[in-house]
Amino acid sequence: MRESRLWFWHILSAVVILVLLGVHMGTMHLGELLHRIGIGTGDPVDSSQVFERSRQAVYMVTYILLLGTGLFHGMYGLRSMFFELSLSKSLEKTIGGVLAVAGVGLFLYGSYVAVVVFQTSGV
Amino acid sequence: MQQRLKNRLGLWGWLGGGRYGLDRYAYSLHRLTGLGILAYFIMHIFVTGQRVGGPENWDSTMAAFGSPLFKVGEFLVVLAFAFHAINGIRLILVELGWLIGKPGVPSFPYSYSTLRHKPVFIIFMVFAAALMIIGGVDFYFVMK
Amino acid sequence: MNKSETRDKAILKTVKFEVLRYNPAGNESPHLENYSVPVTKGMTVLDGLNWIKEHLDSTLSWRSSCRMGICGSCGMFINGLPRLACNNQIVHLHSDRVVIKPLPNYDIIRDLVPDLEGLFEKHRSVKPHLIRKDTAEQDSPTGEFFQSEQELLNYIQFAYCIKCGLCMAACPTVATSEEYIGPQPLTAGWRYLSDTRDEGAEQRQDVLYSSHGVYRCHFAGACSQVCPKGVDPALAIQMAKRDAFMKGFGRGKKRSGSSVIPPIQDWTPRGDIPDAPAKTVPQKSE
Ligand code: HEM
Repeated sequence: MRESRLWFWHILSAVVILVLLGVHMGTMHLGELLHRIGIGTGDPVDSSQVFERSRQAVYMVTYILLLGTGLFHGMYGLRSMFFELSLSKSLEKTIGGVLAVAGVGLFLYGSYVAVVVFQTSGV
Repeated sequence: MQQRLKNRLGLWGWLGGGRYGLDRYAYSLHRLTGLGILAYFIMHIFVTGQRVGGPENWDSTMAAFGSPLFKVGEFLVVLAFAFHAINGIRLILVELGWLIGKPGVPSFPYSYSTLRHKPVFIIFMVFAAALMIIGGVDFYFVMK
Repeated sequence: MNKSETRDKAILKTVKFEVLRYNPAGNESPHLENYSVPVTKGMTVLDGLNWIKEHLDSTLSWRSSCRMGICGSCGMFINGLPRLACNNQIVHLHSDRVVIKPLPNYDIIRDLVPDLEGLFEKHRSVKPHLIRKDTAEQDSPTGEFFQSEQELLNYIQFAYCIKCGLCMAACPTVATSEEYIGPQPLTAGWRYLSDTRDEGAEQRQDVLYSSHGVYRCHFAGACSQVCPKGVDPALAIQMAKRDAFMKGFGRGKKRSGSSVIPPIQDWTPRGDIPDAPAKTVPQKSE
């Protein structure tokens, strides 16, 4: 069944996000703390660091993976809420479509950024 | 046909935990934080997209978002994330049937899923609180 | 001492009942009306309402029948929680105010009478009965459908439901969604889906796992908290989700309806079972 399949991926994507976003949040938001106890590498959003990361293929791939899973998870969650609002069948269909298109659009844009920056700042 | 009076609670049902249990409050918070993170995430995709314009463009973008107001906003996202992530692990386990016990023959006083689950629930919330505190310490250093 | 004096002695306290009144034929808008009710030992909220009807206001309406937690008629929103009026003693509410409103999430017919038709409709939609491919056997059985004790224990809790509808009043998804199947019907659906004698999975699954089925539950747990029979709808719904999730890995439980076993032929009754008492009403054929 369609809904079972979507929910299946909603849960699996949450597991993937948990790992990747856990690392992401750890480096981005505990950077200052890690720096103080001597394992940090300085300001993570400093342009030198941002572009250093963008150059590495591992980062590009994980960024795209996190982008895709995050968007699917979030968009399904939002759809879930809309489906609980007693809307008409046709409106539900439209909202599902709009969210899917928005998700794919954002995914394409984000992937484009990751790939372009990887290539231009590459060796 | 006599007139029926509509009595659905509406959105208040999503947000008002009332006299129900802790799980009901966690449910409301999970919704709110999920929506908040999603809104931030979409913004985040566009903001970090500024990398395409090269290091100068990136630095000016970061400067634009460097005000304390945005730092506080970001910190709120960290808190929301801490709750959503830890509570999310709990929900994954629970919705797949773990940590809530097995069905049996009901006998008074009744034992039921959320009641059996309560100790686990509290442990998870302690973890979430710990994560928020660690995030708070980092935020303190950043603001100083 | 005469009768009324005994009664006065037994009065523990006087409690203020605030009851929601709504009359579809009148032109008053819904409002709370106050009544002072003398409370005696063991008096339930339902007794209190009866007392009001008898002594103060005969127009007050609600639905009740068995007054012992079996029929599921007297579900009301009492001091902030959906409960059965007959199942709760007034002194156990630990309050001098008893605020009674009709169950939320149902249309109000009048005063405390909710319209439960939507609940029953959804309940019917999950086909809450055993479905067998061999209907001839089901209609005129030659034996019994085999089921082990453990197989029975897997669902018997969910069969205790009395359809009082308290869970639907507590559910946050039902609060906004008219289409959500809801805790009671989903539990009934899972009760049959997990019954080893049943062969109707294909027909039931489309409803249970639809876009308004089990996935619109987010484990707020209120349904299980308020259930007066300990049925635990939240547990049934998570078990239904787990089953479908495991099928995503190709690991779901494969079921085929249990076999028919012939009745046991050579049995002797246990010696300690007493005979049935003599009939007190003459039988037609005798
Ligand atoms: C850290 C990893 C995460 C985990 C473990 C996680 C877990 C979950 C789970 C299990 C649910 C389902 C709740 C339910 O149906 O009862 C959920 C819902 C949701 N999540 Fe996440 N999530 C994570 C990250 C995110 C992110 C990054 C976003 C934003 C893009 C997000 C947005 C949402 C939304 C909008 C919902 C729907 C909430 C609802 O229907 O009540 N989550 N999450």
